Amino acid sequence: MSVAEIISTVLLALGGLVMLAGAVGVVRFPDFYTRLHAAGKADTLGQGLILLGLALPAGLGLVSFKIALIILFIFVLNPTATHALARGAWVIGLQPWARDRAGEQPAEEDA
Amino acid sequence: MKETPSLIVRYIARRAVPFIQLYALYVLGHGEDGPGGGFQGGVIFAASFVLLALAYGWGRGRASVPEKVADVIAPAGCLLYAGIGFVSLLIGGAFLQYDAFAGPGADQAARKTAHHFGLIGIELGVMLTVTASMVILFFEMARPAEDEAAEEGATFEQAGHIPEGPRAEESLDG
Repeated sequence: MSVAEIISTVLLALGGLVMLAGAVGVVRFPDFYTRLHAAGKADTLGQGLILLGLALPAGLGLVSFKIALIILFIFVLNPTATHALARGAWVIGLQPWARDRAGEQPAEEDA
Repeated sequence: MKETPSLIVRYIARRAVPFIQLYALYVLGHGEDGPGGGFQGGVIFAASFVLLALAYGWGRGRASVPEKVADVIAPAGCLLYAGIGFVSLLIGGAFLQYDAFAGPGADQAARKTAHHFGLIGIELGVMLTVTASMVILFFEMARPAEDEAAEEGATFEQAGHIPEGPRAEESLDG
């Protein structure tokens, strides 16, 4: 295994771990905002790491250039989409979860 | 439909539109030898206008593609497609036989080049029609009703402030 392959494997594993953490967050967090927080951040970083891991063995070239563009766009557009979703929920009046009124909040406000 | 302008969404949407349109042309150019083509490219191109309408409101989005322009481009794409077919018929080939464009006595390479250009031509026709049709469909279906339009104009004026946040009574009722 060459050095690039080792680094790429580590990046892929790390990206998978981050995505897994995000997925667990989406399932386990109590309300829309916290789930969005988990999904938005973890997906952005996880996809970036996985794509970086895929780009490394390809070397400099058209493939890695395309992957670099994808990473750039994900890093700009994914947080924007998350922001739009959270803002939309806030504007229509969705209450953020809080520990002291956790009992009153209906469970149906899933995303 | 309440207007809720967000500076971040507007800024990113405006900056993303040229990249989406460039990507649509890339997909169009790939139709010959990979996934992609006129239809997919056209849909992606139209999606850039839908994004504009989502970020800026129906009126500003509609202004980026005037109704008359879309109404002309949709049949123009069909005309381009059929026109290429009839031109190849006129110069002695079959309907849509692109390699006839190279002329009667052309060698293999010239016929191949002509085939490429003919294919790109009809894909461009497909893309124009699909883009315009998608834009027309979206804006007609999303058109605000006449009485809502005035009301919407009013909320748009007031929408400069940051929303107050959730109103406790309302969200507990819902």
